[in-house]
Amino acid sequence: MPLSVLVLAGGISHERDVSMKSGRRVADALADAGAQVEVREPDADLIGHLIATRPDVVWSTLHGAVGEDGTIQSLLELAGIKFVGSDGHAAKLAWNKPTAKTILHRHGVQTPESITLPRSTFRELNAESVLAMVGTQLGFPLIVKPAESGSAQGVTKVESAAGFAKAMIDAFVYCDEVLIEKFISGTELAVSIVDLGFGARALPPVEVEPEGGSFGYSERYTPGETNYYVPSRLSPGVIERAIDVALTAHNALRLRHLSRVDLIVDEAGTPWFLEANVTPGMTETSLFPQAITADGSELSESYLSIAEAAARG
Amino acid sequence: MTQTRAGSVTNFDSWKHAYAARASNLSVSEVRALFAVVSRPEVVSLAGGMPDVSALDKGLIEQAFNSMMATRGNYALQYGGGQGDLRLREQIQEIMELDGVHGSVEDIMITTGSQHALELLADLFLDAGDVVLVEAPSYVGAVGIFRHKEAHIEHVFTDDDGISPEALAEAADRMAEAGKKVKLLYLVPNFANPSGVTLTAERRQEVLKVCKERGILIIEDNPYGLLYFEEQPPKALRAFDSEGVVYLGSFSKILSPGLRVGYVLAPPAIREKLVLANESAILSPATFAQMLVSEYLSIADWKGQINTYRKLYQEKRDAALEALEQYLPRVKTTRPNGGFFLWLTLPEGLNSKEMLPLAVNELVAYTPGTAFYGDGRGANNIRVCFSHPTAANVKVGIQRLAKVVNLQLDLLDTFRAE
Repeated sequence: MPLSVLVLAGGISHERDVSMKSGRRVADALADAGAQVEVREPDADLIGHLIATRPDVVWSTLHGAVGEDGTIQSLLELAGIKFVGSDGHAAKLAWNKPTAKTILHRHGVQTPESITLPRSTFRELNAESVLAMVGTQLGFPLIVKPAESGSAQGVTKVESAAGFAKAMIDAFVYCDEVLIEKFISGTELAVSIVDLGFGARALPPVEVEPEGGSFGYSERYTPGETNYYVPSRLSPGVIERAIDVALTAHNALRLRHLSRVDLIVDEAGTPWFLEANVTPGMTETSLFPQAITADGSELSESYLSIAEAAARG
Repeated sequence: MTQTRAGSVTNFDSWKHAYAARASNLSVSEVRALFAVVSRPEVVSLAGGMPDVSALDKGLIEQAFNSMMATRGNYALQYGGGQGDLRLREQIQEIMELDGVHGSVEDIMITTGSQHALELLADLFLDAGDVVLVEAPSYVGAVGIFRHKEAHIEHVFTDDDGISPEALAEAADRMAEAGKKVKLLYLVPNFANPSGVTLTAERRQEVLKVCKERGILIIEDNPYGLLYFEEQPPKALRAFDSEGVVYLGSFSKILSPGLRVGYVLAPPAIREKLVLANESAILSPATFAQMLVSEYLSIADWKGQINTYRKLYQEKRDAALEALEQYLPRVKTTRPNGGFFLWLTLPEGLNSKEMLPLAVNELVAYTPGTAFYGDGRGANNIRVCFSHPTAANVKVGIQRLAKVVNLQLDLLDTFRAE
């Protein structure tokens, strides 16, 4: 009997479009490997459908909230249905960037100095004085990002106090909590991790070099707008350190099956943890599938191995 | 230095070096991606300019299909001529008469929606840097085509009576004095997309005069003219000038956009070139769709169907205006007498594009005003399309939109930002 996989894609989130693309890519690859695949939207009939059909495994490619904040994972756990990816608790911790940073900091990993502030703070304490204090203490440039979001949506690099308030508004339209992080100049590196139940293994890190300088939404999803280096041009020693940090992140956050850890490697060769993704993008320009290919594997076989590992539990 | 090795590099586009320069603005956009949610049933979409085809009697389409296959099946399944089916062109003559337009079947060409006619005309007339005069705001699909042709898009002051003839003359003269070639005026004179305003009869004459004096060809795009609520709009500009106006029509709004059948009525010299360009681009417009439209026009009470649409859209417009008054009293809106659209002006400082993520959270979609300008204006405008959701959902959508506006106003107030 072929493995039956229900791929969840779409949903109502700011990243619906990316999720649809990711889901179709995963489904195609799994079907190529011989799995019996159904792609489905999370909708009013989903729970009933899952209980009635009980697929061997669910692979959620839902990006954004519900898909990555542990909601769908917790529901699947409750229903006793096996699924690819981290459990609800781990997903929730990783999805909230400030929480993930705190956990990693406690594990001795460098992460950019930051402060996380809810919307209510600015109303209560006077936004101007809060921003002035944060700008003075952390120093510009700063990275302003929603505490919970993906695909670089709502992220701004703030060069000076002049653009700070606007950047905050642009982040708050995505999330009621905003992370303000000291900007670290360096090389962007994405380390994908596969964990089939025998210990986490890092795939070759992918170095990201956006042509316009910043790795925003357009640069992520328009072919031709970003150069990806695999293997990275960084020295072997630095790459090794980056992999160590990524594995520490995967293990410290108790992630499962697959993840992608985003890092900045500064000029001194120190990797700084930015975030961990429990549902990495799987589109044609995404970093996780690039890493699998760079590892010398076929996407179809690799995805099937991941789905089988999830089905084993 | 941390970088010591030459890595294998990819950018996922092996042909980046080969694209034409004009392809450089074809990038994935975050705003476009946010629109993906409109396909979810929970989201009330006030965004896309879609007709409510649920009000179309599908039995009539089925009858038209069966009749077409029985009588002209082989013809419908075959290539056709570049100018389009003669019988359909004769029927289009009758439709255009309703707008006061008389034209020879010889000067009508069928296109794949009127968007296709616009593309062919832009290709025929515009070199990079040539000036196209348009309303302020103007139809997003036209702005997109003109931008892709690397034309200079000059928006002309437009108020509740349509485009201003004085401002039109001033803009044309200013552009000419700057050494630019002013080639075209593109207009949606009836219940315009996106503003909903209608050009008055007096201004139509003045616009014709301004353009005639300056040798500017008028493209009159009229997809909504028959969808009036109270009174019929003034006669088409083309009714008064057969040489200076190219007239575009469409079955997308009065029948169905899925068929992709539109038409263009042009002076003979232009029509000749359009037919050659059409043949060069697509050989012939889809015969199957043309036949189906033609059969529908033969067997159905198509004027009755248009009346059905008119009544339906009037109810929806009323619902939209009522909801705006109730939930967004500070927002200024146009009050169209037909068509699909309202044009909202938000309180100063609000940016409709930047608050789109909030709209996704609140399960409502709209089109930001900047889409309808080629020069970055429109930040505090929104186009509301009331034609597709039910009247009840139009109200729900506007209630949700009000929440989005208020959330964004609160954010702006908190940060005292402009």
